[in-house]
Amino acid sequence: MLRGMTSARLVALFTFGCALLNFPLLALWDKDITILGIPLFPAALFMIWAGMIAVLAWLMETDER
Amino acid sequence: MISSSLVIAASFLYVLILFAVAWFGDKRAAEGRSIIASPWVYALSMAVYCTAWTYFGSVGRAANTGLWFLPIYLGPMLAMILAWLVLRKMIRIAKTYRITSIADFIASRYGKSRTLASLVTLITVVGIVPYIALQLKAISSGYAMLTTPLGQPRPEMGLWLGDSTLYIALALAGFTIIFGTRHLDTTERHEGMVAAIAFESIVKLVAFLAVGIFVVYGVFNGMGDLFAQALADEKLKPLLLLGQGEYDFAYPQWFALILLAMLSVIFLPRQFQVMVVENVDERHLKRASWVFPLYLLLINIFVLPIAIGGLLFFGQGQADPDYFVLSLPLAHGYEWLALFVFVGGLSAATGMVIVEAIAVSTMVCNDLVMPFLLRTERFGSRASGDLTGLLLMIRRVAILGILLLGYLYFRMAGEAYALVSIGLISFAAVAQFAPAMLGGMYWKVGNRQGALVGLILGFALWIYTLLLPSLVKSGWIDSGFMHEGLFGLVWLRPEQLFGLEGLDNLTHALFWSLFANISAYVLVSLWTRPEAREASQALLFVDVFERTASTHPVFWQGRAKLADLRNLTERFLGLDKAERVFTDYARRLGLSQTKDIPANAQLVQYVETQLAGAIGTGSARMMVASVVEEEQLDLDDVMRILEEASQLRAYSKALEEKSLSLEKATRELRAANEQLKSLDKLKDDFMSSVTHELRTPLTSIRAFTEMMLDDDEMEAEQRRQFLEIVVGEAERLGRLVNQVLDMAKIEAGHAEWHNSDVDIQAVVRQAVNSISGTYLENGLSLNLYDSHEVIAPIRADPDRLMQVMLNLLSNAAKFVPHSGGKVDVYITDAVDGVTVAVQDNGKGIAKHEQEQVFEKFRQAGEFSDRPQGTGLGLPISRQIVEHFGGRMWLDSELGAGARFSFFLPRLKDTQELALIEEERA
Repeated sequence: MLRGMTSARLVALFTFGCALLNFPLLALWDKDITILGIPLFPAALFMIWAGMIAVLAWLMETDER
Repeated sequence: MISSSLVIAASFLYVLILFAVAWFGDKRAAEGRSIIASPWVYALSMAVYCTAWTYFGSVGRAANTGLWFLPIYLGPMLAMILAWLVLRKMIRIAKTYRITSIADFIASRYGKSRTLASLVTLITVVGIVPYIALQLKAISSGYAMLTTPLGQPRPEMGLWLGDSTLYIALALAGFTIIFGTRHLDTTERHEGMVAAIAFESIVKLVAFLAVGIFVVYGVFNGMGDLFAQALADEKLKPLLLLGQGEYDFAYPQWFALILLAMLSVIFLPRQFQVMVVENVDERHLKRASWVFPLYLLLINIFVLPIAIGGLLFFGQGQADPDYFVLSLPLAHGYEWLALFVFVGGLSAATGMVIVEAIAVSTMVCNDLVMPFLLRTERFGSRASGDLTGLLLMIRRVAILGILLLGYLYFRMAGEAYALVSIGLISFAAVAQFAPAMLGGMYWKVGNRQGALVGLILGFALWIYTLLLPSLVKSGWIDSGFMHEGLFGLVWLRPEQLFGLEGLDNLTHALFWSLFANISAYVLVSLWTRPEAREASQALLFVDVFERTASTHPVFWQGRAKLADLRNLTERFLGLDKAERVFTDYARRLGLSQTKDIPANAQLVQYVETQLAGAIGTGSARMMVASVVEEEQLDLDDVMRILEEASQLRAYSKALEEKSLSLEKATRELRAANEQLKSLDKLKDDFMSSVTHELRTPLTSIRAFTEMMLDDDEMEAEQRRQFLEIVVGEAERLGRLVNQVLDMAKIEAGHAEWHNSDVDIQAVVRQAVNSISGTYLENGLSLNLYDSHEVIAPIRADPDRLMQVMLNLLSNAAKFVPHSGGKVDVYITDAVDGVTVAVQDNGKGIAKHEQEQVFEKFRQAGEFSDRPQGTGLGLPISRQIVEHFGGRMWLDSELGAGARFSFFLPRLKDTQELALIEEERA
């Protein structure tokens, strides 16, 4: 039961990631502002990336048994 | 500028270190203490994905197009999310069937087809050549950058023999040959190489981070400063945004690049080699699947800052952005840093070349050369002699050939292109494997003809729309057909095929090649019938997780001789290895000697799998078929074998279940027996306790009555006193007998329960009222703290609850001090049930005695100051509470009084109560 859940969660994360990194969600970050001196667009891309790694790590490292 | 001898010396020193690491890895592997058996090393070895392209080319791309370098790393991020599902299946299949390359994988899935294996190998070789060229270009340009004075043009490329790149290619070939083809392994695993690759991944990451930190914090005052300067520059500002100035953002290209990278990270030969073939334990994938993307993130953090920094420092168009990582430190006089960065770049390039060349040479040897050689008289099935040396020689020549082809491409097209564009051509080539690979793993209908037609179409379109234009742009082919189309047909223009416009050349090529590939694969598969062998392989691949080793169906029938199979194995694996292979097999069957091995279908399958590791599935199939007498299988046979196997599986499953249930029954029986024994002992204890308890009042009754019988002249007053004692003792006897009977009834489940919805507050109040007279007589105080609101009823027997309350209250009265004795009763209501607590201010019960008070005939405290009582009240009360699904417990400390509480759950319906009763019975 839980085993299937991890698979389903991975697929969900994958789908969500694909959406986040493509049209039209990508255009959300195309603004002429900076965060801590770093332009928003690169900062946002790297943050999304880091977030996906964090979720993936959480999914993979939590033992489901 | 650094002297060329220093650069060369540093490079050689670095290579020596690599050899040391590899040697150490191999040594430890031979000792059985692998240093690569860790998810971290596995993840680092995956980072062979980051080649010179990442190292130099990403900065160049960022300097031209801003964040467009990123999709190449976002794709792998997305792909690795599914690694645990897709890659694990691939690893399982590859391990089960000893698959050592992509060509083998595809060929094996589609009926061990040699044609498919050759085709895949051909595509790989052609597709990978530009990528090898890229590495050569990066090293030679980096070398030139380091050794030429800053600002001066790089020296012209020498003629063939005077060109240093040629020597770099030769050195890399030699290096790879030593690394990868020292000995032959049936699993094609190279522990030393993996260790070296992981080491290289660390070096390139550290070097790249070093130059990044240098640029951001050494040349500029941190990220803020760098980006502020860039934002102030109208020409640089677009690099930090989505749209590049006047152009719209090319979403299709962005998506295409992500997709391309997603497929490449799995289907590039070197990725397949490190991820699937070199995998030690598939559980490592769990951690590696997030560590590898993390590595990619780290190595990319400084790409944009370095690109922007280089553009700010040198000005746009002044220096080649591909080599900012070298020119920036050099321009600031940090020559050692530049040298270190060059070594990092060397790491990235050599790592890629080593793994790629080993993987491709295995394919070339097993799937292109061997099938051809084995058909000839000299090496064919009837020939004899050890072939292991020949196998190694073929691979060495293949490695050399691949690197020379790479050099050739570099000479022809290398100068015309930036690094990234060259790499993408290779990516698009290996993406053609995706339909056949993924389809083969998940779709049983996909067949050989579909895969073949799909691959041919995809590959042809890739050549026509991507490879040829790349050569045209380098000036080697007349550019006429680019604008006018082949044979002057406008709709055949390679970059606007069939008039499809509006896409860049890469997206255009990827679209047409994959579209044709997938369509052909699906449609042809749907409209043709697979052969028996394909159908059986499809089942084995798609359902790999459902089959355990013991119940693998073996799709083979015929006659074989042990000696023939043994000879065959010796020819391709060598004497020692063959001996080991057969001893292992014999041991697995529980046989002491290899000559007792039955020559059945299982053995044929086993030998074929072992051979497949060394010479590829296609060749192994051919060789085995040549020494045994096979009967042709048809689809019906496949179905029959499958049926038998699944029946066998069902039998073994049923057997397993049966033995499990037997085991369970035995366990239950043993537990029941234990319980009976302890019950028996309890009964004995109980009997002796009861008789003991009965004897005390009986003795006193007898004593007093005898006295009265003997003494006729006893005074009336005295006699009356004695009689009162006798009556009291008789009452006590009666109570005792009643309680024993009660207890026995409850325990045996014969007690009668008259359950109804009880207002527990009313019951407690009634109990308190009825006993308050006794308390008053003894000068004790009794207070009830109940809720003023109406409590929802509880399903229970009111008389029994009354019994419990009276018991607790009379118990408490016995233990409180004679003066100032105080007992409080609390009722607490919660959603799931009601808790009633009786708190006294007696001297309390020590921790170790607390559980004993609930045992029969046990009373806490010293024997001497035990008050009157049967010692059955609390056990009975507890039984009653538990009967209603509740529990009773005691909180107490010596000197702080005792608090007996019980909790009664509010069960949802009578069914639950019935369930509890059933359980108790």
